[in-house]
Amino acid sequence: MAVPALRGAPARAGVKPPRLSFIRQSLTIASKDLRSELRTKEAINASFAFAIVILLLFSFAFEPTQQQTREMSGGLLWLVFAFAGALILNRSFARELPNDCLDALIAAPVSGAALFFGKALANVALLFAVELVSLPVFGIFYNVPWMQQFWPLVGIVLLGTWGITVIGTVFSAMTVNMRLRELMLPMLVYPIMIPGLLAAVQLTTPLVMGQPLGADSMIWLRLLVAYDVIFTALALALVETVLVR
Amino acid sequence: MRQKVMIGMAAVAAVLLARDLYVMLLKLPDEALQGAIYRIIFFHVPAAWTAFLCFFAAMIASILYLKGRNLKYDAFAAAVTEVGLAFGAANLITGMIWGRIIWGIWWTWDPRLTSMLVGWLIYAGYMMLRRAIEDPTERARLSAVLSVFAFADVPIIFFSIKWWRTQHPQPVVWGGGSMDPSMFNMLFTNWVPLLLLAGIFLMIRMRQEQNQRELDALRRYVHAF
Repeated sequence: MAVPALRGAPARAGVKPPRLSFIRQSLTIASKDLRSELRTKEAINASFAFAIVILLLFSFAFEPTQQQTREMSGGLLWLVFAFAGALILNRSFARELPNDCLDALIAAPVSGAALFFGKALANVALLFAVELVSLPVFGIFYNVPWMQQFWPLVGIVLLGTWGITVIGTVFSAMTVNMRLRELMLPMLVYPIMIPGLLAAVQLTTPLVMGQPLGADSMIWLRLLVAYDVIFTALALALVETVLVR
Repeated sequence: MRQKVMIGMAAVAAVLLARDLYVMLLKLPDEALQGAIYRIIFFHVPAAWTAFLCFFAAMIASILYLKGRNLKYDAFAAAVTEVGLAFGAANLITGMIWGRIIWGIWWTWDPRLTSMLVGWLIYAGYMMLRRAIEDPTERARLSAVLSVFAFADVPIIFFSIKWWRTQHPQPVVWGGGSMDPSMFNMLFTNWVPLLLLAGIFLMIRMRQEQNQRELDALRRYVHAF
């Protein structure tokens, strides 16, 4: 007497799972992350509210209507983005902890690099959304003509966001199982972000003030691109080690 | 055996240091512009070299750990990073004392000062990370990754801060200039005892790591019953 379940087994083993390319795998992970985030909105709401609160606090620390304050608007903006980003990055891997989702993801037939890349893409999208809403708020609060150089500004913000997010996502994976996770991530990652943040600040300040980028800004653009490339490569190379126990 | 090597190294370091101090304080003349205080450079600069050497060694040990997963390399990386932090702190503190006397300020956001501080903070983060993870292999794995990231970042930080600062007028210009060869040689002569000292610290720290591992193993053994 044959057992149906056993009869079915060899046929199933012969079927290969569909092989997805690296990009397809990453996009699948990213869309999963974005979908679950947009359903709960826990990170993005907190991050955006936090950004507004910091912008409000800055107005007490620095006289918001003074020309001097406008001249450091790049620095203020990127501090806001870095703080708001830490909230999103913290959730990125912590979201997978309930129900052992992280273990399932690691066991899934996608490489660690693809998992990481997908999460980084989702984090960039979320942080960029927060930034796109923070920019007009900043423009109104601090009276800066940020719209005049809109597309170059968007480009720089994207490059800077990519840099801080890609390194932040690796560190988010590193700190996910740790005590004091929320504290460890920013403490470890901010000093490492400094070159990328510095370049982004230098490029953002003239753009937010409505001035085009001059020739002397190119060194910062090169630094920012180099920072993005170096840390993306390093992150992709090392993330497998971080994820797989 | 290790104990004897350490005592021998300490004795050599003490003799060299006494000789260097004698030459520094009694033989070498005061510097033309700075007077007596310039002598702090003989500790300030070799301390920075030692710190960077330690961080470089930590990166190599971390890569070796990631390749072979031998916890010995992890212990070495942890120990050498801690020694590097000590020498980095010595560099920062001697620099601040020197700056207070020559520039009149404790701190200036000069590229070298800023880079050293940022580097020091990154490696202080490395020590915090080690504290925060209890499982030894997980601690070794993650801190090795951090060490590689940190050392990749150090040159980028240095150049970015250099470009940032050279675009603005500096509060105090500290020109390159040349040094008298007898003073210049002393930088290297005095580096030897400091390196020996770093080696001794490293050995002590390594032994502590080893003892710690044995203790943890015993504790697990006891808990098993």
